[in-house]
Amino acid sequence: MEENIVLRGETIMVHHVHVFIQLKDGVLDIQGKAVAHSLLSLGHSSLQSVKVGKYIQLWIESETAASAKEQASAMCDDLLVNGIIEQFRIEVEGE
Amino acid sequence: MKTAVVIFPGSNCDQDVIHAVRTTLGTEVAEVWHRENDLPSGTDLVILPGGFSYGDYLRSGAMAARSPVMKSVARHGGKGGLILGICNGFQVLTEARLLPGVLLPNRTLSFICRPCFLRVENTATPFTNRFPKGQVVQFPIAHGDGLYSLPEDELKALEDRGGVVFRYASPEGIADDNGNPNGSLNNIAGIISPEGNILGLMPHPERASEALLGGEDGCLFWQSILSFLEKGGR
Repeated sequence: MEENIVLRGETIMVHHVHVFIQLKDGVLDIQGKAVAHSLLSLGHSSLQSVKVGKYIQLWIESETAASAKEQASAMCDDLLVNGIIEQFRIEVEGE
Repeated sequence: MKTAVVIFPGSNCDQDVIHAVRTTLGTEVAEVWHRENDLPSGTDLVILPGGFSYGDYLRSGAMAARSPVMKSVARHGGKGGLILGICNGFQVLTEARLLPGVLLPNRTLSFICRPCFLRVENTATPFTNRFPKGQVVQFPIAHGDGLYSLPEDELKALEDRGGVVFRYASPEGIADDNGNPNGSLNNIAGIISPEGNILGLMPHPERASEALLGGEDGCLFWQSILSFLEKGGR
């Protein structure tokens, strides 16, 4: 949910943004394989596959959810995601 | 020859590399903190040392690649200046897009710290001109994320242009899976930029530059750089 915060007498809107990062298809997910192996050895025999990714939460000041999403996307390009191996999906609460 | 060693929070091979350059070549070495905006004037060679910059947070090398000093490092490289990234420094160079590809977790998912044999594939570089082609050298490795990877078409382009400088191999120089410690594609241990001035490698030549420390194969590496610069290279 977006949240109205009063800061130095001004009301600003802060959006809670969720960024989900996964390895691109075809990139070897060694962690996923190791986790799958472990789960199978624990007896979870119906398990077919595991992918391990990252989940990052951001709180962004912005008038609209769309603009918060755009800013989050720029942050992914600048630092959060390595586009050679990773892909990402952004969700803004209340959008 | 003036060398600048960039130090990030979490670098831990900076003093080793400074020691190796000073003892092997006796040339000037400056330490540069990552928050500096400029490199010392007259810098010939920039070294990004090994370590765990920013605790490997997010991805190895990702945060360091965005440090203030990296803009100057990129400018130095853009003008043809020499840049060397060792281990974490190699990861920083790929994250900064100064070298192609990425370094993924080792295929064993374990941290590997041991001596390693490498075959010198390209000796027409500022970093390897004193080695005979195909020479097998022993440098240690110490990394968790050393599996070099890049898309198939780019891998082919890298190979075709002679961009692979070091390949993991057996002591006899056979670069097959047995000699591959971490699962790197094509046994790649070190690569160079298309312009031939930016080198990244996972093994540590600075830890093989003194007989007392177990080997001197790294000395030719430093001597290659000095010899390149003395012949008027930039």
